[in-house]
Amino acid sequence: MRFGILVFPGSNCDHDCYHVIKHLLGRPADFIWHKETDLRGVDAVVIPGGFSYGDYLRTGAIAQYSPIMKSVRDFARAGGPVLGICNGFQILLEAGLLPGAMLRNRSLKFICKDVHVRVETDGTPFTAGIAPGSVLKLPIAHAEGNYYADPESLGGLRENGRIVFRYCSADGRIDDASNPNGSLDAIAGVCNPAGNVVGMMPHPERCSEGLDGNTDGRRIFESLLGRFAHASKQSDADR
Amino acid sequence: MPIDKETIEQHGLTTEEYKRILDRIGREPNRLELGLFSVMWSEHCSYKSSRVHLKKFPTTGERVVQGPGENAGAVDIGDGLAAVFKMESHNHPSFIEPYQGAATGVGGILRDIFTMGARPIALLNSLRFGPLESPKNRYLMEGVVAGIAGYGNCMGIPTVGGEIYFNEIYNQNPLVNVFCLGIARKDQIFRASAQGVGNTVIYLGSKTGRDGIHGATMASEAFDESIEARRPTVQVGDPFTEKLLLEACLEIMKQELIVGIQDMGAAGLTSSSVEMASRGGTGIELELSRIPRREEGMTPYEIMLSESQERMLLVAKPGREREILEVCARWDLDAAEIGRVTDTRHVVLKDRGHVVADLPIAVLTDDAPVYERPMETPGYLDAIQGINLDLIPVPKDLGAALMTLLGSPTIASKRWVFQQYDYMVRTNTLVRPGLEAAVVRIKGTRKALALSVDGNGMYGLLNPYRGGVIAVCESARNVVCAGAKPVGLTDCLNFGNPERPDVMWQFALSVEGIADACRELEIPVVSGNVSFYNETNGLGIYPSPIVGVVGLIEDAERVVRPGFRDEGDRVVLLGETREELGGSEYLRLVHTREGGFPPLLELAAEKALQKSCLHAIETGIIKSAHDCSEGGLAVALAEMSILSERRLGAAIVLPELPIRKDAYLFGESQSRIVATVNESRLAELEARCAEDSVPLAVIGRVGGDRLTLRIGSEDRPVIDAPVEAMRRRWGEAIESYFLPGDPKDENHVR
Repeated sequence: MRFGILVFPGSNCDHDCYHVIKHLLGRPADFIWHKETDLRGVDAVVIPGGFSYGDYLRTGAIAQYSPIMKSVRDFARAGGPVLGICNGFQILLEAGLLPGAMLRNRSLKFICKDVHVRVETDGTPFTAGIAPGSVLKLPIAHAEGNYYADPESLGGLRENGRIVFRYCSADGRIDDASNPNGSLDAIAGVCNPAGNVVGMMPHPERCSEGLDGNTDGRRIFESLLGRFAHASKQSDADR
Repeated sequence: MPIDKETIEQHGLTTEEYKRILDRIGREPNRLELGLFSVMWSEHCSYKSSRVHLKKFPTTGERVVQGPGENAGAVDIGDGLAAVFKMESHNHPSFIEPYQGAATGVGGILRDIFTMGARPIALLNSLRFGPLESPKNRYLMEGVVAGIAGYGNCMGIPTVGGEIYFNEIYNQNPLVNVFCLGIARKDQIFRASAQGVGNTVIYLGSKTGRDGIHGATMASEAFDESIEARRPTVQVGDPFTEKLLLEACLEIMKQELIVGIQDMGAAGLTSSSVEMASRGGTGIELELSRIPRREEGMTPYEIMLSESQERMLLVAKPGREREILEVCARWDLDAAEIGRVTDTRHVVLKDRGHVVADLPIAVLTDDAPVYERPMETPGYLDAIQGINLDLIPVPKDLGAALMTLLGSPTIASKRWVFQQYDYMVRTNTLVRPGLEAAVVRIKGTRKALALSVDGNGMYGLLNPYRGGVIAVCESARNVVCAGAKPVGLTDCLNFGNPERPDVMWQFALSVEGIADACRELEIPVVSGNVSFYNETNGLGIYPSPIVGVVGLIEDAERVVRPGFRDEGDRVVLLGETREELGGSEYLRLVHTREGGFPPLLELAAEKALQKSCLHAIETGIIKSAHDCSEGGLAVALAEMSILSERRLGAAIVLPELPIRKDAYLFGESQSRIVATVNESRLAELEARCAEDSVPLAVIGRVGGDRLTLRIGSEDRPVIDAPVEAMRRRWGEAIESYFLPGDPKDENHVR
């Protein structure tokens, strides 16, 4: 399985994602510069965190116009797995690939810390290997992660099981004290109707190696690998 | 227009200095030339008051790849790599405009590092503010922290640690010192030198605007009420452009397209061009009309003195200009060929072909005045050193005193601050910000680096020499407690007005203290910065030398962190406790007294302690370690509980000593480390310490959820505190000042 990691001017978690995919999971990965127009046949796209275009105007607002985003839209439409992390999530929102918008954190400050999220669905390639209800400890690092969606979109997300992660306490309770940024419904990640496009504010690539004993983030990447291996086997069998 | 006395003064030059200019160039300078002298001869650029003293630092050593004099220092860390690091102040601008002042401080130090060809991997900072009861101080702290966060986070460089002290003396002169470390290939370090006559000089980065004109001169003056009017001398940071600049520069260096590179920091285009030519032993000629400008109608004077941020000056290898410009275009950066290297040893500035300035480089640099300013022992010294401890009662409730100390913003958790920094990006952070040293691993090797910044202004006030010694020892002790061997040091020397003999006395002694400690501990000083004129309305700061130590850990797996680890571990105290309360946080906080003699420090004992401790960590004997600093032994033990992941307490019994109980618990005797060790390895540790003649006392056992502390055979503990209560007190102290709608916040500036 080959990964494409998009690089916008101002991306800064691109190398961290590369490190996990290439050195920990041992899968090939390409950096894809935002001015390119071709995804070069990769099997999955990661839009990494950072400050694309310095967060000027609005987070992700300028990056969505980069040439590569047309190919990402086509790729997503064709069912290709796309993971947007932090600023990558913000870009997916601005690109209209996911519903909703990000407000400033309710503290109005940048927040960097470990949080807990509850996996709400296994209906995405990135959570396929994780039982719903599982609690993951993942770090966040953002100033604009306060998720908002209008009532209609929010209803749609809820009814169709498209809320992927919610902030929770260590034992999986959803309460206001565990919501770090004021996100509506404690939403930390959502997906598109088909489930192949996922955006999440926490950084799984920062806790995949066990530097501080935590490898919860790795489960998200491994879910995708598992799903891909499964799908390949299926298609081989079909042949 | 002839140059009158007023113009000279406006340029921060004295009459004597102006005479020196006339004498050296044999004519009257024009206004632009006077501007060049003004910045090049400013304290900030010329180090004219400090130079004679800084020579005392030991700057050589086996590992030194680059000592002082370049944009940053560098030490060999093996594997073909060098750690490139430096610390710098941005005090003056941060007081005038806290967000931008701090942000551009980060921007400046980052450029210093990547100019050397190193990719920055860690930022730290050292901050000093007045007490948080004052809305103005909260406003300053909030702005400074947001500015550091705004810049570092956007760049994707983690801010992994730092420290903060609060004291009234910094009310009008907060300190913002920023440290940055990068990693370069040892054989690919770039220098800021303009070589090769005929080589093209290229300008890269943001357009030049009218911001920051005379910033270097401003930073070389004391303040008064008129500072509001100085706001335009503070530059505005653009971290996004700097991120592009970083990537573009590293790419240009990797492709080996340039012979030299220098960032435009203080004094902008002037100092970068003049210093590059000076180091190269060449001359430089610039055509100012080719410089990318932000606005129409800028004069040569404004162009040369602007301190617009995010700009670099490159000297291209012959024939590689086009490739350089291509890299810049890829990163959407402005770049222009603006001049060439000459053999005239002059800086020649042209505006559309007309020469507008022509000065010998050596006069601007080497001929800058060097002052051996008069020194005098301050008159206040006897009064503040003489403190009669007999008149200071030992509090009945020492447990309450401990809680007071844990709630002191200087000692308490800085979580409110570092949560605003992205300390994890790049996924190298092994020890997160909190206490002691930060630790970052070096990807692709087994190694890690421990980083610590430290300095205690109160000790500096009471005895500047000892303040300097302690700053070095404590910073080094911090990295040792993580399991690192100190390999290099950078400093930021923050002082008052050097034209005052007592300030100069403080400075000279502090430098001697730092130099002696570095020599004894064999840590070379490879870079640094001096910040004078931290004075407002005649009141100067305490002598505040801040020291940054870099320690090397050969095996990243061996890193230790402070905090009790396992139930049943033995707690040991390495080092000797004396009756020393002078300059302590306890005296200041509990008895509202600032005075006495700072604790004694015997360098030989310190060296032995660090050696023993490091060896015991490297051989896996010590499981966790924490040095005793502000708040003394009791606070160190409390912090070991607070930082324990399992929230473990301990039962401590201190051996009887013929000293006051409060001095025993809260005195700040130096060269002490609290450590934990598994019972089975205690004998090894004892043997090791005996060999190095390091005093060791087994003082207790880890366990339970309380910290109880007894002295000698006394039944009743002098301290008996639940870990959770201490955690809360320590954890929430700073946050409590920033809660919205807090009654304390009547005049809160939002």
